[in-house]
Amino acid sequence: MSSQDIPEENLPAEQDAHGAVSVADDKDPFADPGLPPHEHRIQDIDERAAKRSERVVAMLFTVSMLATVGFIASYVGIPHDKAIYVFPIGHINALNFALGLTLGVALFTIGAGAVHWARTLMSDVEIADERHPIEASPEVKAKVMADFKQGAKESALGRRKLIRNTMFGALALFPLSGVMLLRDLGPLPGTKLRHTLWSKGKLLVNMNTNEPLRPSDVAVGSLTFVKPEGLEEKDEDFQTQIAKAALMIVRLQPENIKDKRELDWSYEGIVAFSKICTHVGCPISLYEQQTHHVLCPCHQSTFDLSDGARVIFGPAGHALPQLRIGVNDEGYLEALGDFEEPVGPAFWERG
Amino acid sequence: MKKLSARRRHPLAAVVVLLLALAATGGLYATLAPASQAKADDTAQSLAIDEGKKLYSVGCATCHGTGGQGSSDGPSLVGVGAAAVDFQVGTGRMPAQQPGAQIPRKKVIYTQAQIDQLAAYIASLGAGPSIPTKAEYGPDGADIAKGGELFRTNCAQCHNFTGKGGALTHGKFAPSLEGVAPKHIYEAMQTGPQNMPSFPDTTLTEQNKKDIIAYLNAVNGGNTESPGGLELGGLGPVSEGLFAWIFGLGALIAVAVWVAARTAKAKKS
Repeated sequence: MSSQDIPEENLPAEQDAHGAVSVADDKDPFADPGLPPHEHRIQDIDERAAKRSERVVAMLFTVSMLATVGFIASYVGIPHDKAIYVFPIGHINALNFALGLTLGVALFTIGAGAVHWARTLMSDVEIADERHPIEASPEVKAKVMADFKQGAKESALGRRKLIRNTMFGALALFPLSGVMLLRDLGPLPGTKLRHTLWSKGKLLVNMNTNEPLRPSDVAVGSLTFVKPEGLEEKDEDFQTQIAKAALMIVRLQPENIKDKRELDWSYEGIVAFSKICTHVGCPISLYEQQTHHVLCPCHQSTFDLSDGARVIFGPAGHALPQLRIGVNDEGYLEALGDFEEPVGPAFWERG
Repeated sequence: MKKLSARRRHPLAAVVVLLLALAATGGLYATLAPASQAKADDTAQSLAIDEGKKLYSVGCATCHGTGGQGSSDGPSLVGVGAAAVDFQVGTGRMPAQQPGAQIPRKKVIYTQAQIDQLAAYIASLGAGPSIPTKAEYGPDGADIAKGGELFRTNCAQCHNFTGKGGALTHGKFAPSLEGVAPKHIYEAMQTGPQNMPSFPDTTLTEQNKKDIIAYLNAVNGGNTESPGGLELGGLGPVSEGLFAWIFGLGALIAVAVWVAARTAKAKKS
């Protein structure tokens, strides 16, 4: 049913006479006002307006075609490393810009054309569609039940118990293979979380220069990241190991260290703390050298490095683990053992 | 004759003679004797120190003490070196509007010549890092890729991956490195201004610093290319998510409104 088929009687003036389709009575106290009168669009009445809309839709589709051609042309024609300056955006890659623009225009104008078409030319007459019961008719139901019973009888499932029972067994066992695959989530970590690569005598190697550090290299107020001696970036397990062993070295004036254990474990004010946040394990090194605070960028846990890396703000549960350091015979900084407690976030068995 | 000579000896004549003699001696001393001694002092360096001291007593001594020894309002400047002065004054951070942990950048009020004089004076108080030369911070011989690695290890935690800056505790922040002169970046790494830790040459070598500066120029310089287009401040997922939610979703809502909007209706004439 198109709007053109019912021109005159549906014009607003004609419909005003229709009024309500039911009146209020005892059973149904609310009158049903019926649908509002249908109003015609300009395009339904004026063929020239309809032609104009048709041309607009066709133009949008044509723009889409041109944009697609433009997409192909720019893919072929624009070198991938050419940069252009586009005013509000800045220096950008010309190919990316052309591809994005043409693809966007091509898709958008297809959609816009379709929407404009539907809004101005397709029928907009309101129609009522009555609800009907979902239930099948009694005949259909009886037929389906009879078919099922006959099928069950022919398969002899009720009679041949061996087949039935083995089938149930096969179906019940099959999901176990899926459960078994979950084993790949293991093996259990064991004591891996409790140990790092640090051990007694391991030198502290500066990550910038890949050279062992001397106490004189570390100035008060400086920040240095070190890795354990022997761990190289090309090693296969570098990421696994550095994720636990990452260490930050700062130097405080010894009289500024408030925590006695921290002072004992330091060397001339040089302290070594784990770089892994004890909340969820983000690398944490936003060090403020005047306040000696370290901030975690993920959830704003703040630790006071002058007071045993105590948590002074945020969700972290415990202080950053400190590594005991000293100096070996050749004057290089060395670890005096592994961390005393597991580094990083808490876990069930951490205790 | 007697009368004449009596008149010639005016009571003040002795005073005049004495003054003349003093002036002559002083003048001679000034022109002859001190000349040789002044030669030793008369280098550009000591002049700069003198000038710097004057500038210091006017502009800095209120907080940092008359001899750079520091006070409750400002830290001691003994041993901070010329590089620290060049950074702090050259970026307009000093003189500070008010003492505090975060001193923002502002308009530079000293000329470079005056900054050099101030730096010379502060450097004379105690040994410290000197102002780097162009050979040290310039782009020649720098490894940009290595610089990127070093930047991400040492700097990115506060200054963001491309040096856009970031937030710290209690309203402090790590400033954006956009448009900061290479010399000042070098000095900041060397001296650790305000709450920034220092990265002395012993832990971050001169070559490392040069690499970092070259990397920053590559990713955050005036001609840096952003292949993806709008970088939205380069702040990562927060600004990008905000943009997507507001403008992406906003555009979708606008289209949905347009799809379902009432069309223009013909009026019966």
